[in-house]
Amino acid sequence: MTDLADTTAVGAHPGAATHDHTHVTATGISNEKVAMWAFLGSECLLFGGLISTFLLYKDRAADGPVPHELYDIAFTSISSFVLLMSSLTMVLAVSAISRGDDRALRAWLLVTALLGSIFISGQVYEFKEFLNEGLGFTTSPAGSAFFTLTGFHGVHVTIGIVMLISAALLSRSGRITQRNAEAVEIVGLYWHFVDVVWILIFTVVYLIK
Amino acid sequence: MSLADGPLALGSGGELTTRPMGVFARPGEAKGWRSWVTTVDHKRIGIMYGAAALVFFVIGGIEAMLIRLQLATPDGKLLSADLYNQVYTMHGTTMIFLVIMPLGAAFMNYLMPLQIGARDVAFPRLNALSFWVFLAGGLVLNSAWLLGGGADGGWFNYAPNNGVRFSPTHGIDFWNLGLLIAGIASLVGAVNLITTVLNMRAPGMTLMKMPVFTWMSLVVQFLLLFAVPVLTAAQFLLMFDRLFDAQFFNTQMGADPLLWEHLFWIFGHPEVYILILPTFGIVSEVIPVFARKPIFGYPFMVFSGIAIGFMGWGVWAHHMFASGVGPISVAAFSISTMFIAVPTGVKVLNWMATMWGGKLTFDAPMLYSIGLVTMFTIGGLSGVTHALAPADTQQTDTYYIVAHFHYVMFGGGLNGFIAGWYFWWPKVFGYRLGERLGKINFWILLVGFNLTFGPMHILGLQGMPRRTYTYRDGYGFNFWNFVSTVGTFIIATSMLIFFANIFLSYRKAKKEQLSVPADPWDARSLEWMVPSPTPAHNFDVIPTVSHLDEFWHRKYGEDEEGRLVRIAATEDVVQKGDGRGVHLPSPSYWPIVMAFGMPWIAYGLIYNLWFCVLGGICVVAAIYGWIMEPATDPDAGHDDHPADHDEPSDASGEAVATEEAALVD
Repeated sequence: MTDLADTTAVGAHPGAATHDHTHVTATGISNEKVAMWAFLGSECLLFGGLISTFLLYKDRAADGPVPHELYDIAFTSISSFVLLMSSLTMVLAVSAISRGDDRALRAWLLVTALLGSIFISGQVYEFKEFLNEGLGFTTSPAGSAFFTLTGFHGVHVTIGIVMLISAALLSRSGRITQRNAEAVEIVGLYWHFVDVVWILIFTVVYLIK
Repeated sequence: MSLADGPLALGSGGELTTRPMGVFARPGEAKGWRSWVTTVDHKRIGIMYGAAALVFFVIGGIEAMLIRLQLATPDGKLLSADLYNQVYTMHGTTMIFLVIMPLGAAFMNYLMPLQIGARDVAFPRLNALSFWVFLAGGLVLNSAWLLGGGADGGWFNYAPNNGVRFSPTHGIDFWNLGLLIAGIASLVGAVNLITTVLNMRAPGMTLMKMPVFTWMSLVVQFLLLFAVPVLTAAQFLLMFDRLFDAQFFNTQMGADPLLWEHLFWIFGHPEVYILILPTFGIVSEVIPVFARKPIFGYPFMVFSGIAIGFMGWGVWAHHMFASGVGPISVAAFSISTMFIAVPTGVKVLNWMATMWGGKLTFDAPMLYSIGLVTMFTIGGLSGVTHALAPADTQQTDTYYIVAHFHYVMFGGGLNGFIAGWYFWWPKVFGYRLGERLGKINFWILLVGFNLTFGPMHILGLQGMPRRTYTYRDGYGFNFWNFVSTVGTFIIATSMLIFFANIFLSYRKAKKEQLSVPADPWDARSLEWMVPSPTPAHNFDVIPTVSHLDEFWHRKYGEDEEGRLVRIAATEDVVQKGDGRGVHLPSPSYWPIVMAFGMPWIAYGLIYNLWFCVLGGICVVAAIYGWIMEPATDPDAGHDDHPADHDEPSDASGEAVATEEAALVD
């Protein structure tokens, strides 16, 4: 990113002697997008800390069950697939707004939010199943680490759903149009990040023994 | 404060009108306390950061003096063992998180946009949010004193000592939640300032033409961006343990207390550089001005700063040599710790080379800068001794460590900030701090500092343990402890002189109607090109940059024989402070409203979850209010120039590019 900044800094201001009324930034990337990328970089370290914690504790079950014994891989695979498909619908939403198709934008945003909600419902169901089988948040270090890691991810997805619905409402009231299509793209960045983190969590937590 | 005139009084009040683009009316005052509460001006936010840090500095300083009074003589009776634990924990936490970090934020907020030739930061409202959230976190942390006592586990609060079983009061909960909130402030600030440096530079200002201070700010913000979330993760685990019965640090259930130690120091060592790099930047600005030479080896200064930023991630376990991490880890971290001394040494040598052969003048800012270089070097050298694991094992938990990090944090950190105060005070407040008192201030501080912390090396090597509330007679600790306590009072005297200097200089400037020119030091970077104090709009015209030290190059050139000659009078180069036609980002209530909700969430987690609901509603309402209001109010922004100039002139444009994309601001 910094290399890019260096090479485009001059080019972005052709002959800009004293004028700066263009909204061109030194990198050529909008402030909002740079900020979202920076924020997502920070999130990587947050999830890094929680994933490390889970890896350290996954077999420390005290008297309770080890999380591994309880996984229903088939079920979680399906909900993971649903979440991944929501990334596709998110791309379609961004594509819709860049064409200026507001109705398609709202439709795809709501479909994305719906797919995210299905994933969250699956997670709630899974948590309840684990509780029934004796693995609670306070049962053991393994239980605490499992629920904290997946719970943090669930909260991120939920915030993403709220963002998607808000974006759809803002589009309805005419506040998101083709002119500021980038707002949708930035919500999309967040949404794809949350999906990518789930791929990592699904692999590390569920698939690797 | 009644609801009718408080910040929540939306859409009422005489001067406010409902504006079509915003859901609620926006604050419009330019003067008075309300203008400060709602400001989004990076300069005012910087000043508020500095003022808040000074208040916390006084609190932390009083805690430090209580510690030294307790230890002045053997078997001290001033503090109980329990209270002593709280006082040193809160002293360390306050000084690190609420004094040095916000002082860095103060300088960066004020100077960095000026140095890159911008009118404000990328997200002015987020900037205000950073400050208010930081203040909320600091208040939550310190409210512990009124609500049952402070945290008592040291600023690092090692597990399992930080659990409810060993620390049953709510002190550590306040510590934990206060710092979580302050962490949000750091994260928001980091995102904002990184975007600002990358995106808001004036035309022609490539990365390698940025002043060293701006470069160090950028490195610090990246460190914050990546280090704070690691602490946040650890603090969430601790919160779940203490308040929701999770088992992260319960060793009886098979938990591993080293997890906390690793997570804490993965944050904690980059944190050390977060604390020191801003002042490295400050003295890199001060020394060239008073040596009348450009900084020696600019690219080396920049890349050594970046190198410190990277290598700071690979040395954390040298805090843990005594915890049994194993011989391979110890060897690896020993070596990396020795390596990180190299870029730091590069900086020290470059400062010396900058001074070498220069026409040195020893004004107060220069004295403090030299103070930093010398005192930090002592601290750096004792730091390298920690890299030798056998020696470190002996030094661990002794006063030698206390001596080391005070030489780095106080001798390095605080000296640099005071240098910055004396240097930029005229630019910020429009009057100079007294030179004579400044020099007296410096020498007293230097003596007091070395008397306080120098003897701690000896005490530590003699084996005096830190974090122990007293010592017995006959161990040979008496004399140096007493000297150290005397030194503390000399430091306090020096700080009182500093505060007196502010007051006296202000009174003198007001009485004699003194004003300072734009460029009182014949300085080098862009912030000296605008009048003192800086006008609200910063630059009348955004400068186009063609050199490192652009302002200097507009004043001076070289003749045929390469001698320095003046090519333009300073008065002709500096700007006049005419902000006609400049649109500035509009003030907003939402940052402080959102920050107001956060302590309620913290208190709610500790006492009653219903408070969380109240705080949560406040935060969510603020987020939506924020989204609905454009960053720059289309009906405002003409307030900073007389009404007869209502037509925006073409000579300057808009402060920020966020108007159209306000939805994600």
